[in-house]
Amino acid sequence: MTWLSIIIAGILTYLTRMTMIVLIDRDMLGDKIKAVLEYVPSAVFPAIIFPAIFINDYGSFVEMNDPKIFGAIVATIVGYFSKNIIATIISGLISYWFLIFVVFN
Amino acid sequence: MLTKKQLFTRGMLDISPHMLSVIPFGIICGAIGVELGFNPYLVYAMSFIIFGGASQIVFLQVLSGGATSLVAVTSVAIINSRHLLYGAVLSEYLEKLSLIKKLIISYFIVDQGFAESNKFFKKNKSEQHLHYHLIGTGCTMWICWQAATLSGIILGSFVPEELGLKFTIPLTFLAIVVQDLKKIDHLIVMITCGLSSLLFFDAPFKSYIIIAPVIALFVASLILRLKK
Repeated sequence: MTWLSIIIAGILTYLTRMTMIVLIDRDMLGDKIKAVLEYVPSAVFPAIIFPAIFINDYGSFVEMNDPKIFGAIVATIVGYFSKNIIATIISGLISYWFLIFVVFN
Repeated sequence: MLTKKQLFTRGMLDISPHMLSVIPFGIICGAIGVELGFNPYLVYAMSFIIFGGASQIVFLQVLSGGATSLVAVTSVAIINSRHLLYGAVLSEYLEKLSLIKKLIISYFIVDQGFAESNKFFKKNKSEQHLHYHLIGTGCTMWICWQAATLSGIILGSFVPEELGLKFTIPLTFLAIVVQDLKKIDHLIVMITCGLSSLLFFDAPFKSYIIIAPVIALFVASLILRLKK
């Protein structure tokens, strides 16, 4: 039963990936819609970022002094100026570790 | 004009920094699956069949929490519905491809691959074989994801939870959008999306992950109207 539901979940996931690519051709999207679609990365990724920072494993809001908030601020500043993905991830992770292992320990 | 091989390699290079978060996260996903008591083959098969990051963990957590398979499947479908938006954006660049190529490439569409390939496409619209960049990002992601979840399944409880490696996931996406913070319109769209995701976090089936982008895109369309 679990196997069957994994296969169904897989097919549905594949459909989410495939549908638009196969169905849409150039004439279907007007300039207005294309202009809105320019915002897709900015409109989608914060929905992954925000809950991962501000909501804990138990589904409630974190405290204002949570290490993840601090790590995210450091990563944002470093990422903004360095324009480097590796520097962004490492700086955020290290500042987060610094807080949980050194400061709050 | 870049060759197919150059574009493929460029795609691999462009996505590789993200493996810094994808690999630890994949290991965690594998480990959680086994720790929740699921058959290791089943946990691994998800990486192949669903190939969908967080949705795989949610699927197993929902099931082990005692919910029905219908709830688990619905959650996966809703979480992954954001791919519809990626597909709509990418369709412009892939429209000349044959149906069979479109069907194959679709399997490899992932968040970070979409983000990096889309950035590349926007700057290199005149290139002829652009889709090889997307295949490059997708294949890199696929190989790393399979290897990482498999390692997590084997390592199981040896994976140190206190390291908080899950935190690399928001960081990898932060790295994608951080350069757009200086554009006020994008900043507004991002904040709208982020706040909406928190506001609707308790909506059923994790649907905040698609509700927030829809609200944010609506705000984006309002911004575009005001700009004129």
